[in-house]
Amino acid sequence: MTAELRLSRSELWQPNRNKNKLVENTVKAITAAFAFVSVIATFGIVLTLIVETIHFFGVVSPLRFISETRWTPLFSSAQFGIIVLISATLRTAGIAILVALPLGLLSAICLSEYAGVRVRKILKPLLEILAGIPTVVFGYFALTLVTPQLLQPLIPGLSGLNALSAGLVLGLAIMPLVTSLSEDAIYAVPRSLRDGAYALGATKRETIIAVVLPAALSGIVSSLILAVSRAIGETMIVTLAAGQTPNLGIDPTVAVLTMTAYIVQIFKGDAPAGSIAYLSAYAVGMTLFVMTLLLNIFSFWFVRRFREKYE
Amino acid sequence: MIAQTPPSPESASVAAERPYYPNTSWRYGLDRLFVIAIWSAIAIAIAALGLLLFDILLDGLPTLSSQFLQGFPSRSAERAGVYPALLGTIWVMLVVMFVSFPLGVGAGIYLEEFAEDNLFTRLVEININNLAGVPSIIYGLLGLFLFVRLLAPITGGRTVLSGGLTLALLILPVIIVATREALRAVPDSLRQGGYALGATRWQVIWEQVFPIALPGILTGTILGLSRAIGETAPLIVVGAVAYISFVPEGLQSAFTVLPIQIFSWASRPQQPFHAIAASGIIVLMIVLLLMNGAAIYLRNRFQKERL
Repeated sequence: MTAELRLSRSELWQPNRNKNKLVENTVKAITAAFAFVSVIATFGIVLTLIVETIHFFGVVSPLRFISETRWTPLFSSAQFGIIVLISATLRTAGIAILVALPLGLLSAICLSEYAGVRVRKILKPLLEILAGIPTVVFGYFALTLVTPQLLQPLIPGLSGLNALSAGLVLGLAIMPLVTSLSEDAIYAVPRSLRDGAYALGATKRETIIAVVLPAALSGIVSSLILAVSRAIGETMIVTLAAGQTPNLGIDPTVAVLTMTAYIVQIFKGDAPAGSIAYLSAYAVGMTLFVMTLLLNIFSFWFVRRFREKYE
Repeated sequence: MIAQTPPSPESASVAAERPYYPNTSWRYGLDRLFVIAIWSAIAIAIAALGLLLFDILLDGLPTLSSQFLQGFPSRSAERAGVYPALLGTIWVMLVVMFVSFPLGVGAGIYLEEFAEDNLFTRLVEININNLAGVPSIIYGLLGLFLFVRLLAPITGGRTVLSGGLTLALLILPVIIVATREALRAVPDSLRQGGYALGATRWQVIWEQVFPIALPGILTGTILGLSRAIGETAPLIVVGAVAYISFVPEGLQSAFTVLPIQIFSWASRPQQPFHAIAASGIIVLMIVLLLMNGAAIYLRNRFQKERL
């Protein structure tokens, strides 16, 4: 054996270590730079919003932004009460959650606890299709079918553009998100917990409500918060079906102007850069961004605080 | 612990008078109601999906013709077509693909294979999680500020390039997450086998890990792209024009895309425009269906190979 290995050094294959190291370091640096793009994007978003919002608050004081009760940026006596747009967003998003939470959670229970393998194989792709439909399509659906053919016969005097229809369809659009995230959380609850409940004589429903759902609570709540954040940031459904009329209050049967719909309204009309309408859209965008960011942070905190860990 | 005190005669007599009664018929009745509730929840969702698809086919099929596919936008609904929007969508998606795929896959490889657990890595990870939750219209505001105005000499303003770059940033988190999951699914023994043969880390990634993870990465990328195809709001802000009577000729060309054309037709009050909006939706959904079909095909191949 030793005889076979007695070769001179030059005859042995030598890897080109220097070249390998160079390639390794180059690739590492390039991919790290790519990863850094996401950080740049975040800073870009924050910076953009802050710069333009400061410009806006240079013209309109933040106090007016918070305290005024009308939203009329294009009138000569312009008012900028963000509460008007927030009240519209809360109406559409609130209705959406009232639809998406029960539908989504019950569907998640159905898929993980009740449906057999074969039924699941049919239902899951169907829900994935629902999740993959572009929101502009949902907007068309709300505008041309849900409002005139389903809701107006039921509610006489319902305006053609209204928060109710937009909210209902928005709920349908975010329901698959609640379903898939809640299902993951429910699925992760170990079998032994269910067996324990059954051994104590609980029925299947009692086991699910008293044992499985509390054990999956952190996942369910985080899916809910993600759905809320999606609902307030959703644009096309509310732009098409909820209208363009600033409207303060809680009435869901009238046309409303949500924060996202206002941003679309401004940029669709090609507002000149630097004009007060243009800047106000950035201030609205900033408000929207802060709201979704707070929701994300809350969800992050909640999951950390309440996550049940199983082996 | 095991030793039991005999029940006192008093409590025994109470128990005899009121025995434990599990009330099973009532509880099983509630169980049955619960079963009805969960199945009707999922039935409502599926029925709504069916109604939506049926409504769109009913509205849109009559006006879907080869003339519609090859036509340009027009003031009359009968002569209007979707051709510039379809080509605009293809142009924008090409930009999105060529930008977001290398960036996302590279970032995913770095975070999963190279990165040490330090401040930079954690910063990037928190960032990606947060970015995924930012509303798409906010990306539009970023794109308008950054690509349309600040980088106007490169992008040419409200162009295919600006729109594509904006959407590429939007789906970057999707591709990064998909890449990381696909890489994580590759067993470590393969990497260790490579190291044992003297390969460098990059050689192991490129020669062994990446080819196995590729179908998973491609699936995630296609799902990200199909999200980008349906996005409307950021492109409205970035400035895709709804009424465009020419086909994009390059990266610095003004453009429109299918969702914006649909939005513009659907927001008109006249019924004929609603009909062609539905036809446009059918075209969009066919494009989406083809992309998702490709994703499902890749996923199935991936799962078979792993078994």
